[in-house]
Amino acid sequence: MNKIKTIFKGKFLFIFGPFFLLWLLRYIVPNYTISSKTPHWAYIPPKSCLGGCGSIDGFIPFVDWTNALIQFLRKYEIFGLFTFRDFTRGIANYVDKFLDFTEAVLHKGFPSYEIGPLPWIFIITLTVILGFYLRGWRLALLGGTCFAYLILFSKRGIWELSMKSLAAISVSAPLAALIGLCLGILAVKRKKFANFLWPMLNILQSLPHFSYLILVVIFVGIGTKAGVIATVIFAFPPMARLTILGLQNISQEIKEAGVMAGCTKWQMLFKVEIPAARSPIMLGINQVIMQCLAMIVIAAFIGQPGLGHDLLIRLQGLRLGEAFEIGVAVVLIAITLDRYSQALALKEPERREGNFVKRNPYLCATFFAIIICSILVFLFPFFNEYPKELTVSASVYLDNAIKSFTRSLFVPLGIFRDWMLIYFLMPLKAVFQSMPWTGVILFVGAIGWKLGKMRLALTVMLFVFFIASSGYWVRAMITLYMVFASLVICALIGIPLGIWASKKESRTKLVLNICDIFQTFPSFIYLLPAIMLFQISDVSAIFAIVIYSSIPMIRYTVFGLRNVPQQIIEASITSGCTERQLLWKVKMPLAFPEIILGANQTLMFALFMVMIAGFIGTVDLSQEIFRALSFSDGGKGLIIGLCVAFIGLTADRLLVEWSNQMKKKLGFIN
Amino acid sequence: MDDQIKISCSNIWKLYGENPEKFLKENNNNPSTEQLKSNKYIPAVRDASIDVKTGEILVIMGLSGSGKSTLLRCMSKLIQPTDGQVFFEGKDLLKASDKELIEIRRHKMGMVFQHFALLPHRTVLQNVAFPLEVQGIEPIKREDRAKEVIKLVGLEGREKYYPRELSGGQQQRVGLARSLAVEPDVWFLDEPFSALDPLIRKEMQNEFLRLQNMLKKTIVFITHDFDEAIRLADRIAIMYEGLIVQVGTPEELITKPATDYVAEFTKDIPRSKLLNAESVMNNKDKKLYDNTVNYKEKIEKIASKVLKSEGSYSVIDENKKVIGSLSKKEIIKALFAEDKNE
Repeated sequence: MNKIKTIFKGKFLFIFGPFFLLWLLRYIVPNYTISSKTPHWAYIPPKSCLGGCGSIDGFIPFVDWTNALIQFLRKYEIFGLFTFRDFTRGIANYVDKFLDFTEAVLHKGFPSYEIGPLPWIFIITLTVILGFYLRGWRLALLGGTCFAYLILFSKRGIWELSMKSLAAISVSAPLAALIGLCLGILAVKRKKFANFLWPMLNILQSLPHFSYLILVVIFVGIGTKAGVIATVIFAFPPMARLTILGLQNISQEIKEAGVMAGCTKWQMLFKVEIPAARSPIMLGINQVIMQCLAMIVIAAFIGQPGLGHDLLIRLQGLRLGEAFEIGVAVVLIAITLDRYSQALALKEPERREGNFVKRNPYLCATFFAIIICSILVFLFPFFNEYPKELTVSASVYLDNAIKSFTRSLFVPLGIFRDWMLIYFLMPLKAVFQSMPWTGVILFVGAIGWKLGKMRLALTVMLFVFFIASSGYWVRAMITLYMVFASLVICALIGIPLGIWASKKESRTKLVLNICDIFQTFPSFIYLLPAIMLFQISDVSAIFAIVIYSSIPMIRYTVFGLRNVPQQIIEASITSGCTERQLLWKVKMPLAFPEIILGANQTLMFALFMVMIAGFIGTVDLSQEIFRALSFSDGGKGLIIGLCVAFIGLTADRLLVEWSNQMKKKLGFIN
Repeated sequence: MDDQIKISCSNIWKLYGENPEKFLKENNNNPSTEQLKSNKYIPAVRDASIDVKTGEILVIMGLSGSGKSTLLRCMSKLIQPTDGQVFFEGKDLLKASDKELIEIRRHKMGMVFQHFALLPHRTVLQNVAFPLEVQGIEPIKREDRAKEVIKLVGLEGREKYYPRELSGGQQQRVGLARSLAVEPDVWFLDEPFSALDPLIRKEMQNEFLRLQNMLKKTIVFITHDFDEAIRLADRIAIMYEGLIVQVGTPEELITKPATDYVAEFTKDIPRSKLLNAESVMNNKDKKLYDNTVNYKEKIEKIASKVLKSEGSYSVIDENKKVIGSLSKKEIIKALFAEDKNE
C-alpha cells in the first residue's frame, strides 16, 4: 500500500502515464475497440500536403525548404557579383594552394624545380628527434616504429597513401585550430557572441560526419580540397570549446597582474591570457588533430585520396587482409599523432644553461641530422626512395588467417548472432517501432519537467517534435533502437569492467591506457573486425558500435569509483562494511552521477558510430543519409543530420541535468 | 587637496546583485542592512572612506569576506565601485580614461598577489621584466633593471628558473620583485604572505620591512592576520561586513577599541609589546622625577624597572620635555586591561 502511495508521490504515473497508455492500447490490445478509436496519427506522424501531397513523410517539409535555401545560395548572386557557391569555391581554391605545397613536400615533389618529395629517411629521423624533444625515448620509439611500419609494408603503396592523408591533415589541422582559437577568443571577449556560439557548437558536434560531407560536396565539389574543408568544419568545434574553457579558467589574479602591469587589450591577450591558458589550448590542438584524422578517413566517401579511400575500397571488396594492413597503418598514425600532440600540450619550458649547444641540444641535433641525411640521400639512392623489392606485405597470410579464424568460429558466431537477433534485437526493435511519437514527446517533456526545469522540458519536446515532423520518425526510431541496444550492452560490459578496474591501481592504469589507445582510432576502423566476425547484419553494426562506445562507459565508471573520497571509504570500513557492502552501499551510489555521464557519452559515441555503420547496410537514418550522399541531396542530408543531432541533444540535456542534480544532492558541486 | 595624501577614497560602495546602481540611488546612497538583505544584494564594501598618506603602511584587516580585497581593488580600479570616489594623487580615478589608467598603472602602482600570480611560461627574469616589457622598454635595459630588483629581493642566480621550480617563499619574492620593477609610488599587497608557511611568513615579513626601510613607498597592505598587521602597520583599518569599523594606530585600536568587534580582535594581543609609555602615562602629572623614560619606549621594556622602583617615572619627548608620568598604577592598568572596565 505504501509503495503505491510513493509511486503516486514520485510523479511516476505522471511521467510514464501518457506514454504507457498510448503504447499499451496499440501494442498489447490491438483488437480492443478503444484502440481503433485512438487515431492513427498519434502513432506515426501523418503525411501532410504542405510540400505536395504524399511527397514527404512528415508534416513539415523541412527538407524541401532546406533544398530551396541551398538552391538560393547556389544561384543568387550577392551584389550581382558572385554566388555563395562561388565564394565557397574561392575559399577552396585558397585551401588548394596550401594543399599543393604540403602534397609536394610529402609525396609529389616539385617537378618544375626537379626536386622530389621529402625522402623517407628525413621523415623518420625528424620524427624521432621530435619525440625525444617532446617526452623522451619511448615517444621517439613510437614515432620511429610508426613510420618504419609505413615504409616497410609499403608494397601496396601505404607510404604514399599515408603521406597523402598526412598532407591533408597538415593543412586542415592548423586551419581548424586557428578558426577554433579565434572563435573561442571572440566568444570570451563578447558575451553576445558566446550566447550564439555555444548552442551552435553543441549542434555542430552532434551532427554526423556525413551531413558535413553532403553540404561540402554541394558547395565545394569533391576531391582533396573538399575533404580538407569538410575536415576543417568538423574539427574546429572542440578547439573553440577548449579555448573558451581555458580562457575562462585563468585565475583572476593572473589577469589582475596583467592589468596592474599596465597591459593594453592586445598585450593582455597575447602575453598573459593565451600563454596562461596554453595547456587547454594545446589539448584543443590535440583534439583537432584527432578529429581531422577521423574525418580524413571518412572523407574517402567524397573522393579524398589517402588511407581512408583504399580502406573503403578494400572493405567493399571484402579484401580483409589488405584492409587490415591499412587499418594498422591508420591506427599507428592515430596513436603517434595523439601521443605527440599530447606531449606537446603537456610540455613545460625547460631551464638550460651553458653554451649554445647545451642550451639548444635538439636544435643542434636536428641540424646535424639534416646534414647527415642529406649526405646519405646524395650518396645512396636507398635513402631517397625505399626500394619496392624490400617492402613486405602480410596481406595474403592475414587473409588466410582471418578466413580460417572466421571459419572455425563460423558456427558458434552464427549461433550467437542468430540468438541475439531473435531474442534480443528483434523484440527490442519492435518495441521501439511501436512507440507513438505523441507519447515520446510527452515522455521527454515529463522527464524534463520532473527535473524541475520548464525550459528544459520545452527544449527537449521541441527536439523530438522536429524529428517527428521532419518525416524520418520511423527511421529515427530504428536508429534509437540500435543506439539503445548498444547502450545496454555497453553498460553490461562497461560497468562490471569499470568496477573490476577500479579495485587496484595497476588495473586502473592498464584499463585506462587501453581505453586511451582505443579512443584514438578513427571510428571507421571498427567496422573491420565487425565485418570479419559477423558479416553484414544488425549484429555486426551493433558489435562495431559497442566496441567503439564502451570506452566512455568504462572510463567514467572507473573515474566515479576512484573519486569516492578516501575518508568516506575509511569511515565505511571502520563501520564494518564487507567488500561487497562497500561497493554497493557506498561506492556505487556515490559514483552513480559519473556513471550517468558515462552513459551519456556512450550514447553520443553510439550515435556517431550508428551513422558510420550505415555503410554495412542498416535500415535506419544512416541508410537515408548514405542515399542523400549519393544523390548530393543537401536538404535531406542536413535534416537527417539534425534529427540525429537532436536525438543526441535530447538525451544529453536530460542525462546531464539529472547527473548534476544528483551531484548537488550529494554535495559534490554547489 | 593635501599633498600628504596619496589616495583618497570617499563613500565607496560595491554591491553585487541586479542593477545595484539603481538600487543604491533609490535608497539615498545609504541602504540599511535589512534593505540590502531583503533585496538580495550582497554588499562587498559599504560606504568606505579612507585616506592613504604618503609614505605610510596602511594595513586593511578583516576576516575573509569582509570586503578588504574588494576595497583594495577599488583603489586601483581593478573593480569599478558601484558608487563613491577615488582620488589618486588628486586625480579622479573613476573618471580616468583607459589610456590614463594604463599609464598610471605602468608607472605609479605595483601590486603583489596572494597566490603570486606569476606567469608560468616565463622565467624569473622574464616575469620580473614583464611590466617593463609591456611598456615597450628595450630588452637590454629592462633585463638590467629586472636583475637589479631580483638582487634586491635576494634571488640572485635564479634568473633563469621557471616559477614551478621555486618554493612558495621564493615565488612571492619574484612577485615582490615584479611589483617593484617599475619603481611604483604606491605598493598594493593583497595578503601577500597568507599562502606561506608560518616560518617563511615571518621571514618574508622581515624582508618586507627591510625593503620598505630602503624604499619608503606608500603601502596598502591587506591581511587577515592581526599579528601581521601590528608588526607591519603604521595605521590599521579594520573591516567588518563591508564597513570600515575603525582606523587608527595599533595602540589606538588596543586602548580605545571602537566596537566590541575590534575589542574581540585585540583581546589576545600581548599589550606590553604594543603599548608605549605615552599611551598609558598619566598626562596630568607633569612633574620631573629622578628617573625618566622616552615616550616611545614599549611597556614591555620598562615595566619591570617601574614596578621594581618605589617612585614614579617622568615621560619625556624628543625635546626632553616632560609630558606625563608613569607609576606602578599605570603599568598595572596597562598590563591587565580588564581592570579598567571595573
